[in-house]
Amino acid sequence: MNWISKVFRPKIRALVSRKSKDVPENMWEKCPSCGQMSFQKELAENLRTCPHCGHHLRMTAEARLASLFDDQRYDRVPLASVKRDDPLHFKDREKYTERLKRSRANTGLQDAALVGDGRIGGVPAVVFALDFRFLGGSMGMAVGEALLTAGKRAVERRAALVLVTASGGARMQEGILSLMQMPRSILALEQVKEADLPVINILADPTTGGVTASFGMLADIHISEPGAMIGFAGQRVIEETIRESLPDNFQRAEYLLDHGMIDLVVPRRELAETLAKVLRLLRSG
Amino acid sequence: MQLKFCLDFEKPIAELEAQLASLRSQAGASDPDGQLGMEDEIRRLEAKVHKFLDTTYASLSPWQKCQVARHPDRPHARRYVDSLLTDIVPLSGDRLFSEDTALIAGLGRFDGTAVAFLGQEKGEGMEGRIRHNFGMLRPEGYRKAQRIMDLAERFRLPVLAFVDTPGAYPGVGAEERGQAEAIARTIEKSLRLKVPMISVVIGEGGSGGAIALATANRVNMLEHAIYSVISPEGCASILWRSAEKIRDAADALGLTAKVLLDLRVVDRVITEPIGGAHRNPEAVLRTTHEAIASDLRDLSSLSSEQVVSGRRARFLQFGDGIA
Ligand SMILES: [Zn+2]
Repeated sequence: MNWISKVFRPKIRALVSRKSKDVPENMWEKCPSCGQMSFQKELAENLRTCPHCGHHLRMTAEARLASLFDDQRYDRVPLASVKRDDPLHFKDREKYTERLKRSRANTGLQDAALVGDGRIGGVPAVVFALDFRFLGGSMGMAVGEALLTAGKRAVERRAALVLVTASGGARMQEGILSLMQMPRSILALEQVKEADLPVINILADPTTGGVTASFGMLADIHISEPGAMIGFAGQRVIEETIRESLPDNFQRAEYLLDHGMIDLVVPRRELAETLAKVLRLLRSG
Repeated sequence: MQLKFCLDFEKPIAELEAQLASLRSQAGASDPDGQLGMEDEIRRLEAKVHKFLDTTYASLSPWQKCQVARHPDRPHARRYVDSLLTDIVPLSGDRLFSEDTALIAGLGRFDGTAVAFLGQEKGEGMEGRIRHNFGMLRPEGYRKAQRIMDLAERFRLPVLAFVDTPGAYPGVGAEERGQAEAIARTIEKSLRLKVPMISVVIGEGGSGGAIALATANRVNMLEHAIYSVISPEGCASILWRSAEKIRDAADALGLTAKVLLDLRVVDRVITEPIGGAHRNPEAVLRTTHEAIASDLRDLSSLSSEQVVSGRRARFLQFGDGIA
């Protein structure tokens, strides 16, 4: 028992520990912030926040969905696959098709997005989550398609659309077609907004590039987690351009909060409750 | 014509042109009546230059196209606006923070029709380039674009946008003031715009900074312009982890007009004169004029609903990867 699991509502703890049975008992993981080792099982029980320093580690899309929906229950929304997923026959040091194959094998996902349909605080919600393990959560045609599907589902079910972004930006291997997902993803949000349904984005670590510069910054309410990196340009590019060092906390959630770009920075253990509260308020008018 | 700036692969052409120039001045001085046959030699050299340019430019590699697209003598947005429009009224400022000179904007007439214009301006000469921030917009530039779109919509003016940017400006202030939000909101505004919008990629269409001004009903692209999700330099350093691999990255990204036309990202390729737009700006201004005139004719009969739904459909289609 540690300080985070102590403050968990008992119901959540029970559900999380049931879920975390798939996680091996004795696998260690090092916290990228404090360097301390923790059991993966313990991290999973803590919604992957470090028991030593409170750092928020990255989560899989699947764990995200489970952590947000009431009782961790939701229907996985089927996603259409892209007819030709490598239109440019892209090859850098490795073929794009090989990268896709490996990411699919490692994550069990078809692409970087996962969509679930259920309830948050009793309010119908569709959650679209990006998985950073899948080619850095990058946005290509399949991600655009998944977002359109999520938006459509939200409209059909009169549900809120909740996004969880974790992405390095556009999927370079799809060339210009990944750039075209910027307007396409914005259209996905547009259908939900036109139906007067809420769009809430949880900008998780990291949310950058073409994802931030499209649907990522256009939700009705922007929430982030402590320390999450959010920005448009990469820090190295900025340093090379301005040739000076960057301010403390630059492009962190707290920094964006100070500069008016996001509404709230919420610790992960309070995220589901905060979402529930917001959704109930927005849907009671 | 003598260019101030010469690309590597144009060196042989530059040498021929230098020969031609000296021959011409000699002929003017020592053979004013054409008695010595220097006129023939001049014509022979002219034909050679022409043929060389023709073959070189017919088969430019993607990386060579990047160099042509960034050629400092290539006509920039200001040139297009000044030549294609009359009654120009430049408009400034985002009404929120400041004026961004990387984006020129305003009102004018195209063939008599009142329009609003937006142009990413790279600037001329070192001083001009610095003044226009090399065509890299800050959030204020994108917010100015939104303001002009609002104005155009209220007064039913079509919007013409000239795209030429290495990308949105990467800086601390730009991030603080919401570069990402500014680009996102400009795309959103473009998608909602009830009046026709026509974009022309005249030089460099750099990533999110470019699509913010190219979410249009019609997207035209000059023959040797480029339009890409990331610069070949950026792509090489991220995916190849080597700055040396720019050529491979340029090849792989499919950033040329021909590829983009096949992918339907671009509706029309505007042919450039032999040797590129920088060798004959008048010719490219003429063909660009024809392209915009034709687009305006097509779009002018549409209702505002059709304008919006047509633009939406145009961008929804990019999901099957079918070229
Ligand atoms: Zn830690």
